Amino acid sequence: MSNELLTASVSPHVRTRDTSRSIMLDVIIALIPSLIASVVIFGFRALAVTASAVASCVLFEWLSRKAMKRHNTIGDLSAVVTGIILGFNLPSTMPIWMVVLGSLIAIVVVKQMFGGIGQNFVNPALLARIVLMVSFPKAMLSSWAEPFAWRSETPDALTSATPLAVLKTGEGTMPSLFNMLFVKAGSLGEVCAVALIIGGIYLVIRKVISPIIPLCYVGTVAVIMLVFGLVKGEGNALVFMLNEILAGGLLLGAIFMATDYTTSPTSPSGKVIFAIGCGLITSLIRLFGNMNEGVSFSIIIMNILVPHIDNLTAPLPFGATKEKKSKKGEEEAAK
Amino acid sequence: MGKIVKDVLHAVGKIRGGVHVQHHKNTAECELVRVPSPQKVIIPMQMHIGAPCVPVVNVGDTVSVGQCIGDTTAFVSAPIHASISGTVTAIGNIKLANGNISSAVTIESDGEMRQFEGIEPPHIETKEDLIEAVHRSGLVGLGGAGFPTHVKLRFPDGKIDTLIVNAAECEPYITVDYRECIENSWDILSGIKILKEIFNIPNVVIAVEKNKPKAIEILSKIAAQEEHGKDEIKVMKLDAVYPQGAEKVMIYSATGRKVPPGKLPSDVGCVVMNVASVAFIARYIKTGKPLVSRSLTVDGSAVSEPANVRVPIGMNVGEVIDFCGGFKVPPYKIITGGPMMGLAVINTDIPVMKQNNAILAFSQKDGMKKETDCIACGRCAAACPLSLRPGVITTIAKTGDADRLKSVGADVCMECGSCAFSCPAGRPLVQNMRLAKTIIREAAKK
Repeated sequence: MSNELLTASVSPHVRTRDTSRSIMLDVIIALIPSLIASVVIFGFRALAVTASAVASCVLFEWLSRKAMKRHNTIGDLSAVVTGIILGFNLPSTMPIWMVVLGSLIAIVVVKQMFGGIGQNFVNPALLARIVLMVSFPKAMLSSWAEPFAWRSETPDALTSATPLAVLKTGEGTMPSLFNMLFVKAGSLGEVCAVALIIGGIYLVIRKVISPIIPLCYVGTVAVIMLVFGLVKGEGNALVFMLNEILAGGLLLGAIFMATDYTTSPTSPSGKVIFAIGCGLITSLIRLFGNMNEGVSFSIIIMNILVPHIDNLTAPLPFGATKEKKSKKGEEEAAK
Repeated sequence: MGKIVKDVLHAVGKIRGGVHVQHHKNTAECELVRVPSPQKVIIPMQMHIGAPCVPVVNVGDTVSVGQCIGDTTAFVSAPIHASISGTVTAIGNIKLANGNISSAVTIESDGEMRQFEGIEPPHIETKEDLIEAVHRSGLVGLGGAGFPTHVKLRFPDGKIDTLIVNAAECEPYITVDYRECIENSWDILSGIKILKEIFNIPNVVIAVEKNKPKAIEILSKIAAQEEHGKDEIKVMKLDAVYPQGAEKVMIYSATGRKVPPGKLPSDVGCVVMNVASVAFIARYIKTGKPLVSRSLTVDGSAVSEPANVRVPIGMNVGEVIDFCGGFKVPPYKIITGGPMMGLAVINTDIPVMKQNNAILAFSQKDGMKKETDCIACGRCAAACPLSLRPGVITTIAKTGDADRLKSVGADVCMECGSCAFSCPAGRPLVQNMRLAKTIIREAAKK
C-alpha cells in the first residue's frame, strides 16, 4: 500500500443516477409531442415563438447569474424548460419582442431575483404570462390563429374563437370532442390534448412527477363542471364537462405547471390540497369570473399558499404522536 | 395504478419511505473462508457504543486466544479478548476508521493460536446467568452498530413478546449474514431457542429480504422442524427496500408497531438481534469461546478476489485485502461497512473491529456527483423511512436554531443515507443531518 491517502467522504457512497439536469431533460422530452403538434397546427410561427422564448430565457439566465456574480446554472436546463412552457402559454401570433419581454420577467424577475432554481415562489412562466396578458390584452387574448390557417393563402385573416370563449359566451360553434382532443384554437401548447397527456404519462412513468396533482386538479374541475352542467340542465352535462377539461390550458397547467417542484407541496397530502385548490379556483373563475380562463391565476394563487400547505401537512417524525406538543406546553407551564 | 395507490397510502402513512439501491450481492455464493492467523493484531479498546475498555494486560505479558485483555466496570460496554496467542508488545493510542483516538493493545503472534485455559462453557439456568454470559462473551451487535448485546437483553420480565432476528442485510454488497443463514442455520435456531426459553418470549420472527430465497428456504425448513416451530418461529419475507434492516423499520415491517422518538424497541415489546449475534450466542453457550473473530465481506471494483472471510479481530485491513488477492486496480475509495452507511477510510492501516461487516474498495468515483442547487423536488422527504424532511432540516440547521430542529425531529435521524442517495442535486444531506443533530446536542449541554 502506497502512502498516498484515499478519498474520504461522508456516507452514502452510492448515489442515484438522476440529476437536476436529467430531470429537466425528461420534462423537455415530455414537452416535445406538444411542440410537434403546435408546429403542425400553427406552422413555422409556433416554432419561432417557442425558440425565441427558449433562447431568451437561457440568455437571461446566463446574464443575470453573471451580473449577480453567481455560478452559471444554464447547464441544469431549467431555463430551457421555462422557455418552452412560456412559449406554450402564448398565442402563435405573439410579436417576438413581447416573447422576449416575457422571458425577462420569468427568468430575471421571478426566478433569479428570488435566488434562482428552487427558490422562486411562483411559477416563472405563468407569472410572465399574466404580466403579458394584462400588459398586452389585444395580442394575448384576441388574436387566435385558426388551426392550419398557415397553409391557406391569407393566413392572417383567419382567426378563430377559442373553445373556452365559446363555452363562456355561447357565441360561435364548439369543436367536436374529437377535435377537442387533437386540434383546437388556443395558446401554442394547449391545442393538442393528446400530446399533453402523452407527455404527462411519460413523466409519471419516469417518476419525474407524481400523478397526484394532475389527477386531483383535473378531477376537481371535472366534478364541479359536471355538477354545474347538471344543475344548469342545458344540453349534455357530460359533454360540457369533457369540453371544460379539454378546453383552455387546464391540461397544460395541471401536467406541466402545477407540478413544478419548487412551487408545489412536497408531501402527498399537501399535493392533494394544492391540486383541489387549483381545480376549485379554476372552475370558479371559468364559471363566474370575468375572464374565460382561470388556470394561470389559480396556480399562481395556490403557489403562494404552498409554504403554508407544506407546514400544515408536514409529516410527524416516525412514531411521534401529536400529544407531544401539549406535553411540551405542560412542561413549560410547570416551569 | 399501483403507483397511485402507493401515493395515496403514503399520504395516509401506511407505507414508509426507503429507496431501491442496487444490491450488488456478488459474494452471495462465496463460502466463508478462514483467514490464516496474522503475525500481529492491534485490538482497539473501543469497539462498541458506550464506555471504552481499559487494558488489563501489560506490555510483555503472554496472552492466549480468548483471554480478556480489556474491561471496564461501566455498564454500557463489552469486554475485549485476545484474538491470537502471543506477546503484548505495545499499548498505546491509535486512530480508528471514524477518526476517533482509542487506546489499543498490540499482540505479536507466537504462531500457536493457543486457547486460553480459562475457557469453558458457561453454566446457564436463569435469565441473569445468560445476560452475564453474554456480557462476558464480549458480544456487541454484529450488524454494524456495535451496541453491547447484554445491555439490550436487560429488559423487565414479560415486557417483550417478540424477538426479531434481523437477517435483512439491506446494505448493498454485504453477504456475511446471508452466509450465516446458509452455513450456520442450526446455530441460529439453537440461539433462538435459548433466548426464547430463558426470556420466555412467545413469538420469534426471522426477518429476511425477499431477494434471498435460499436463506428463506433453509430457515423455514429448520424452523418447521421445531416443536412449536410454525406457530412460534416465523420466517418473514420482507421487501428488498433499503433500509429494511434498520431497527425501527424492521420492527414496523415485522409487527406493524412504531417505536416513538426517544423510545426503545422494548417499549413496543420487541427486541431485535442480528442473525450472526444470535448464532454467536448459541456457539458461546456451547464452547465458552468469546468474540475474537468475525465474518467480513471483501468486495468492490478494486478487489482482485472478492470473498467472505472469517478474520481475527484486530487484523490489519490491508492484510485482509491482501488475502483476497490485493487490489487489481488502484483503489479510489475504501469503505468499512456498506456503501450506504459505511465509513470511508484514508488508508488501510486500521484494524478490523467487532462491528465491521465489510471492507469495500472501489476503483473510481462510483456514483459520486457534483453538488448543485436544491430544486425542492422533495425526494429526500419521500425517501426518509422516518418521515423527516432533510431539505427543511438543512435550511433550519444553517440558522443554528436547536429548538426548531428538535420540533422537526432532526434528532430522530438514524443517518441511513436514503435522502442523500435519492437527491438529484447530489447534496450531502447526511452531513447536514449530522450538523443538525450536533446543534441539538450542543444546545442540550448548555
